[in-house]
Amino acid sequence: MMQPTRRTTLAGLGLSIPTLATLSACGGGAQPTGGAGSASSLSVWALTGAKQDTYQLSFDSWDEDHPDDPFAVEFFANDSYKEKIRTSIGSGNAPTLVFNWAGGTLADYVASDAVVDLTGKVDDILSRTIESIGAVGQVDGAQYGVPNNDTQPVVLYYNTALFEEHSVTPPTTWDELMTAIETFSEAGITPLSLAGQSVWPELMYIQYLTDRIGGEGVFQKIMDGEPDAWSDPAITSALEKIIELIDAGAFGSGFGSVSADAGADAALVHTGQAAMLLQGSWVYGTFKQDAPDFVADGNLGFLNFPATDGGEGDPANVVGNPANYWSVSADADEEVQELAIQYLNEYNLNDEMVDSFLEMGAIPAVEGLEEKFAGLDDEEFLSFAYDMVLEAPHFQLSWDQALAPAPAQELLTNLSQIFLQEIEPADFVTNMNATLDS
Amino acid sequence: MTPAQSPASAPAGTGAGTGPPRQDIPADQGGPAARTAGSGRSSYKRLRTGPSNWLLAPALSFFGVFALLPLLGVVVLSFFAWDGLGTPQFAGLSAWIQVFQEPVTMNAMKLTLLLTVLSYVVQFPLSLLLGAFMAGHQRYREVFSVLYFLPLLFSAAAVGITFKALLDPNFGMSRAFGLDFLRQDWLGSPNLAFYTVIMVISWSFVPFHSLLYQAGVRQIPVSMYEAATLDGAGRVRQFFNVTLPQLKYTIVTSSTLMLVGSLTYFDLVFILTGGGPGNATRILPLDMYLTGFRSYEMGPASVIAVILVVVGLTLALLLNRISGADRMESQMEGA
Repeated sequence: MMQPTRRTTLAGLGLSIPTLATLSACGGGAQPTGGAGSASSLSVWALTGAKQDTYQLSFDSWDEDHPDDPFAVEFFANDSYKEKIRTSIGSGNAPTLVFNWAGGTLADYVASDAVVDLTGKVDDILSRTIESIGAVGQVDGAQYGVPNNDTQPVVLYYNTALFEEHSVTPPTTWDELMTAIETFSEAGITPLSLAGQSVWPELMYIQYLTDRIGGEGVFQKIMDGEPDAWSDPAITSALEKIIELIDAGAFGSGFGSVSADAGADAALVHTGQAAMLLQGSWVYGTFKQDAPDFVADGNLGFLNFPATDGGEGDPANVVGNPANYWSVSADADEEVQELAIQYLNEYNLNDEMVDSFLEMGAIPAVEGLEEKFAGLDDEEFLSFAYDMVLEAPHFQLSWDQALAPAPAQELLTNLSQIFLQEIEPADFVTNMNATLDS
Repeated sequence: MTPAQSPASAPAGTGAGTGPPRQDIPADQGGPAARTAGSGRSSYKRLRTGPSNWLLAPALSFFGVFALLPLLGVVVLSFFAWDGLGTPQFAGLSAWIQVFQEPVTMNAMKLTLLLTVLSYVVQFPLSLLLGAFMAGHQRYREVFSVLYFLPLLFSAAAVGITFKALLDPNFGMSRAFGLDFLRQDWLGSPNLAFYTVIMVISWSFVPFHSLLYQAGVRQIPVSMYEAATLDGAGRVRQFFNVTLPQLKYTIVTSSTLMLVGSLTYFDLVFILTGGGPGNATRILPLDMYLTGFRSYEMGPASVIAVILVVVGLTLALLLNRISGADRMESQMEGA
């Protein structure tokens, strides 16, 4: 155990010399944080949190096998990473491996030639990953990103004890959902826990409803920038259904104060104050961490989002984050790019990483995992979510990630005003259509 | 108050500033400087003992590099279209036009104005009265002063997170104490959030301003109050006719800090509400940040930054002019 650690330290020391050179070369600019930004050596930034250890493990394995070309690894919190990576890419100081969410941001990177075309170079890693999820890393048909972690479908969690106590059947259709809401509302329990302060959980409702009502084509038209694409009747009916939910008291009165950052939305469910929660698969980890007994006693149920009557969309469709992605920086030297691609093919999402993800109840975006679930603590959830993703005819990337940053912000603002009933669906459509011009 | 006077008189005696002592020195020494000195001015030049102006250079260059240069950069950037990647494209006045046509930014200006006025209206009387109260030397007042001072020791981030937790209708203090009237959607309702934010801002900043007033009141000579008592003035009369006029410059300082400061409230609001719910607390500095670092529209964000700088500077200068604080004449006549 000592050996790799010491070697990494030595490697780190060796690395600091080129780093210093880079720093002085750019006038001691905005890069006080070491390795990243050097074009002639491997560097990577990833996110802090539960998966941090898995990444560290994977890069340590690489370092062990390639002591001459170690990775300089740094971890950042989600929001600060998003701001920092943009500046560093803009100024040509990006780390070799660029962590991203695909979608609009990746398209931005491609448009400014910040990342390299990986088509044909990453077939090994793509052969391991679930095909539809790997395809999300494409921009205009060329592969620019490869999945690097778990797939994160949005799931309807529910408190089974509350459902039994009030004899409610877990809802699989819109009508059943409305009945459940009515029952819980009358019993003084918040039917659906919603982190309204964080706003982005509100997106999950409009995403699922639009997909169930009008199918995945509706949002595709928006992505293609068709004029007035937001005027599609499916968007308006989705918004009307959201208003129907609010009027029925589905989210209770205090959802504006609930924040997802601290897991308050999940806490409402495991403390029995709310019956259901529409959230990403990562919240399963929050439940496990904050209320281990609640999960162990089998009180946590999970479902796909209910179907709507006469909707055109396939009720098996899924929304969420297919995965996160690695892209390779175009600023890096050719040889360094080659090394990074070698890492992606040989180490990224290999058995070691897959096992590490499974241990924490996350579903790596890899094919043929079914046998691996048997006997794990979270077998039930893992196979539910894995099947949900595999069987989904379409996996819709979260709209705020799919759109370019400016329209995405406009979407979040307008949607929160719908939930606060400050604007009407017609205003929403007009405001969002305005973002299509630019 | 002799201790207060001795430091004030010290510079005149020891410093190389005033005329007479300086002329004395060469005369005593009988040096050539005294004989050849044609006028007081040239002798001043030659015998100047103060530090060289070059010592200002480090501070000025820091100010130039870290304040003026970025400011200039922001002004330049406001005429460009830039998404933080790629190369900035010259866009003329389009960012300026966009900002003044953007309803969200217009709303942010309105909110900032309202925040400035309301937080002043709340903070000014509170901190003045608390400051005057804390100026007394009674033991119980000293104890209270320590308590009032506490919020000043907490970072804005800690205050924000704590208040967010306390005001949470599901898990906050309303639950802890079972007080149902406290169970409001303080930060989640568009009607309440803005006023809740003003309350929290006041809670954090009133201690600082009370401290200013406490110091101000303690400097007022006791003889003034004695004279007022002899003239038959009661407590209230003394407050309005002695304390308030004597605090003129403290009020100017504190008001300038409050008004200009409220243009830059960011951290606390960002943590408490992030500008929400909807746009209910999206004040101008927050609008600048969100436009720049969430929507990545650096041009319009720079325009908002320039507006903030101009308004802030104008306000500070104006307050100084109106109040005559730039002259800062003594208020101690007859003391």
